[in-house]
Amino acid sequence: MNTRKALYQFGYRRCADQDRPSPAGHPVVVVGAGPVGLCTAIDLAQRGVPVVLLDDADRIGEGSRGICYAKRTLEILDRLGVAEPCLEKGITWKIGKVFQNNDLLYAFDLLPEDGHKMPAFINLQQYYLEHALVERAATLPNLEIRWRNKVIDLQRRNDGATLTVETPEGSYNLDADWVVAADGARSALRGMLGLSFQGEAFEDRFLIADVKMKGDFPPERWFWFDPPFHEGRSALLHKQPDDVWRIDLQLGSDADAKAEQAPERVIPRLRQMLGHDDFLLEWVSVYTFQCRRLERFVHGRVVFAGDAAHQVSPFGARGANSGIQDADNLSWKLASILKGEAPESLIESYDVERSAAADENIGHSTRSTDFIAPRSAQELRFRDATLALARHAPFAKRMVNSGRLSMPSRYDTPLSTPDVDTWSGSAHLGAPLPDAPMRDRNGKSIWLLEALGGEETILHVPNGAVPPNGHRVLVLGDDLIDEHGLFAKRFDASPGSTYFVRPDQHLAARWRHAAPAMIESASRRMRGFEGGPA
Amino acid sequence: MSTLVTESRLADPDRSYRALIEAHRGLSDEDSAALNSRLVLILANHIGEHAVLQEAIALAKQSMEAVGDAPR
Repeated sequence: MNTRKALYQFGYRRCADQDRPSPAGHPVVVVGAGPVGLCTAIDLAQRGVPVVLLDDADRIGEGSRGICYAKRTLEILDRLGVAEPCLEKGITWKIGKVFQNNDLLYAFDLLPEDGHKMPAFINLQQYYLEHALVERAATLPNLEIRWRNKVIDLQRRNDGATLTVETPEGSYNLDADWVVAADGARSALRGMLGLSFQGEAFEDRFLIADVKMKGDFPPERWFWFDPPFHEGRSALLHKQPDDVWRIDLQLGSDADAKAEQAPERVIPRLRQMLGHDDFLLEWVSVYTFQCRRLERFVHGRVVFAGDAAHQVSPFGARGANSGIQDADNLSWKLASILKGEAPESLIESYDVERSAAADENIGHSTRSTDFIAPRSAQELRFRDATLALARHAPFAKRMVNSGRLSMPSRYDTPLSTPDVDTWSGSAHLGAPLPDAPMRDRNGKSIWLLEALGGEETILHVPNGAVPPNGHRVLVLGDDLIDEHGLFAKRFDASPGSTYFVRPDQHLAARWRHAAPAMIESASRRMRGFEGGPA
Repeated sequence: MSTLVTESRLADPDRSYRALIEAHRGLSDEDSAALNSRLVLILANHIGEHAVLQEAIALAKQSMEAVGDAPR
């Protein structure tokens, strides 16, 4: 059943490329206008790279789909100019509660400290995010979205690829120096390259239902093991905007997907859970899931991102979040290569860094799934033993796994310059910088990550010596004032401390005292010129 | 990092073994299995080292292979 109509409809428009005698050439063609394709296209366009974005559909808004967006994703969206509408519309939350039967086993706070621009998480229907991204895309003159443009063939060349694109008015060819395949879990491009998508499939079926109701549940993530309203299984309740609640019910491996989606089956289940039937069913779907990935994300000039490259179970909100982090990682690299600022081999670091992130995400989501949906009597026994012990011993509480929520990856990467000094604080080499509230040179409030934007930046704490040279240098106390001392604390900063930040806001190098040659070498290394992957 | 100790460490192994037996006495197979699951988790946490736990798992599995391979 799928009662929701498309919320946003876009028109197909004939483009000039369709009337050319020979294929038009473009530096980058992105395939798939989901969150990942849109973020990649916007990021590239913001970096001055002209982008064509193709999508086979012409509408968004069927089903809420991905609903949880994590802090790091919101920071990326902020850089792309869409965090504001998302935060405005979204439900901000940071508390999760885990119940067994009627009892609260434990609660967690995902962002226990202040001084970050973005919250731990927001919940937002995917169509609102996509809509905000499409609106942002429309303001970028070098980004062209072509709806109802379906890629039906891809021929690879050494210096790019030729795509055959089908439209309502026939097909045409396009030449691209680079193709970004962000065409989702069922990626057609993956099929065109004959790539296998390997991993583990899980048998348990889950029912996902969006119900509209006025509820007095707080904006928290509530997860039940063995709830009284759904004995022996698990359930998840999450608030979305518009008084819509996401309900996720484990059905088991022998459930009949079709029968379970019938309103006469769904409504009594929900009535039992909610204790009333004062709700409207907005969207229902039954799903199973896979944890799998492509062996490589880079195939010559064709680069895979998001679900097209890797797929996880929904526990932990690692699908859309990791896909948007792929976009964040890929865009500056592609832009640097296209502008001749980095060697083509820099793209290998996308494969290295995002493969490791995918493995981390698959690992977490597989382990969560093992705990939530045990597959044998003994697996169930271990799970229940953990839940029982959790009431008595703290160690068992930590083992209770209702989904480990998406955290950004810390890249162990050849682009980083290994630390030679010792550092404490919450900044880590290879990880995105922790945010901090600052003031700019005019005394205006600004967040550290806002000040960084998407540019390679050196942050320098003065010590009386001449500040370093670089593409862009921000001097603490001068360009950025650490009013609350949180920068100093989070970065373990002392006079002379110098931080070298990548265009995706990950920390590439840091020194207590940096000589110009060290910075120059770190900058070259970050762009893949030396110490890079073979 | 330590490794799994397989030399005898209990002062009175018979007594400790007996404690395990007594804990299970009178339990159904299902309840015994539930008790063992709890014990494994508690003891794994007490060991506190993933590598040692892996060694323990390997030893347990190895001892099962030996039974399976024996002539019947």
